[in-house]
Amino acid sequence: MSMWLHQSGDALRLAARRLIASPVNTLLSVLAIGVALALPAGGQMLLANALQLARNSTPAPQISLFLDLDADKRAIRDIDGRLKNHPGVKAYRLIPREDTLARMKANEGLADVIEALPKNPFPDAFTVLPADDRPEAMEQLAAELGKLSKVAHAQLDSDWARRMAALLKIGRTGVLLMALLLGVGLIAITFNIIRLQVTTHRAEIELSRLLGATDAFIRRPFHYFGVLLGLAGGIVAWMIVAGATWWLRGPISELAQLYSLEFSLRPLALVDSIALLAVAAALGGIGASLSLSKHLRDD
Amino acid sequence: MIKVDHASKRYPPGFDALSDISFEVAAGELVTVGGHSGAGKSTLLKLIAAMERPTGGAVLVHGQNMGSLKRTAIPYLRRNLGIVFQDQKLLFDRNAFENVMLPLTISGFPPAEAQRRVQAALDKVGLLGRQKAMPIMLSGGEQQRLAIARAVVSRPNLLLADEPTAHLDPETAADVARIFLEFRAVGVTVLIATYDDSLFPDARRLVLAQGRLQ
Repeated sequence: MSMWLHQSGDALRLAARRLIASPVNTLLSVLAIGVALALPAGGQMLLANALQLARNSTPAPQISLFLDLDADKRAIRDIDGRLKNHPGVKAYRLIPREDTLARMKANEGLADVIEALPKNPFPDAFTVLPADDRPEAMEQLAAELGKLSKVAHAQLDSDWARRMAALLKIGRTGVLLMALLLGVGLIAITFNIIRLQVTTHRAEIELSRLLGATDAFIRRPFHYFGVLLGLAGGIVAWMIVAGATWWLRGPISELAQLYSLEFSLRPLALVDSIALLAVAAALGGIGASLSLSKHLRDD
Repeated sequence: MIKVDHASKRYPPGFDALSDISFEVAAGELVTVGGHSGAGKSTLLKLIAAMERPTGGAVLVHGQNMGSLKRTAIPYLRRNLGIVFQDQKLLFDRNAFENVMLPLTISGFPPAEAQRRVQAALDKVGLLGRQKAMPIMLSGGEQQRLAIARAVVSRPNLLLADEPTAHLDPETAADVARIFLEFRAVGVTVLIATYDDSLFPDARRLVLAQGRLQ
């Protein structure tokens, strides 16, 4: 174990030394990887912000239950009880028909019309705030509540939610697609860089074999080289996204203010940042592994 | 220590580098393999170091058949073997100390102990004062001595050398030869391929000509 640690430490130092030994090449490679990763990372950042904006600026989706006009106090108590115990209901509120009538009368244009009616035309109603705000879940809850006795109609105010969900889905798919494509690109970049590294260090590889080095020993520094390159590229990507966030924050806040929205662009979340670095390092390692299995096989 | 039993090596399309070679080397012996260039000396050393496999017969080192070793077993076997290569194979991007350190790094020596051993090996060949020198800054004789230090740093009981005194002036060659004699004196088995075996008057001599033992 301690031998493995020593050898890994040595390999890591060697890999770092090789990276530093050709600074221009390293810088260009890291920039290429960084720019490639910055696109999906930036996409993720924008997506997270769009989601945030959507949550903050639209009212929470709710289900309106309109009762039958002949629903009595007992029926209302009955529904009240069911809503109280339903796990899918986060909050609910009764709107008595008298209140609705009063509110409608307060509306100048409608007051005369309502006065002319022989009796209160409005039903009692409940507004229900679902616990789960995914469109499918809300729809299911609305359908279920619509079947309660004395409920005439359950209306789901979900059009906006569906549209938003569809938009976010496109955004997510786009980011994923971009990440996949550029991930493959990153593997290809590392593959080629490691091929060049193997060629450059051919003499050393050959000598190490003659001195009794195992395949694992020979591969290790190249593998770490790929991982370090990927990691450095990830850091560059993170800095590009952070820079873009900082740069865009002013103009976007201005725009938000014009729409009377309280919004300011947030940088990449911690989890996303860690994921970015981990994926970058892993892709670098995969590219290196593939390249090594091809270029170190038989010498 | 070494047993070569009717070994031959044929390279395609039909060139016989070695034909039906048999000899044994006992532990602690000093043996030179003479002959003109192209006689098969390097090929013989390559068979013993498992760098090549014989196409006929067998080569046994420490009782192990080098021709039938698994690929994964070869590294561990080579660690007990000191080899001075004909072209030295020094790494020119590492200094003298790091060049000698390489075999110990490969076999996973604890760093502190490894450092002492590297210094002992460099001292042995008279290069202790030049640890930090890059190989390019060393003279031909010093480069050869550095290659020897690297071959002996892991204290192998078998030392193979391929033309270690070639391209050296007589004085330097004698100096290098003396180093091999010193290793032999402490019990290391030494096998040297050389066209000039007059440098090793005490050695048992084998002579190859056109791939056959004379």
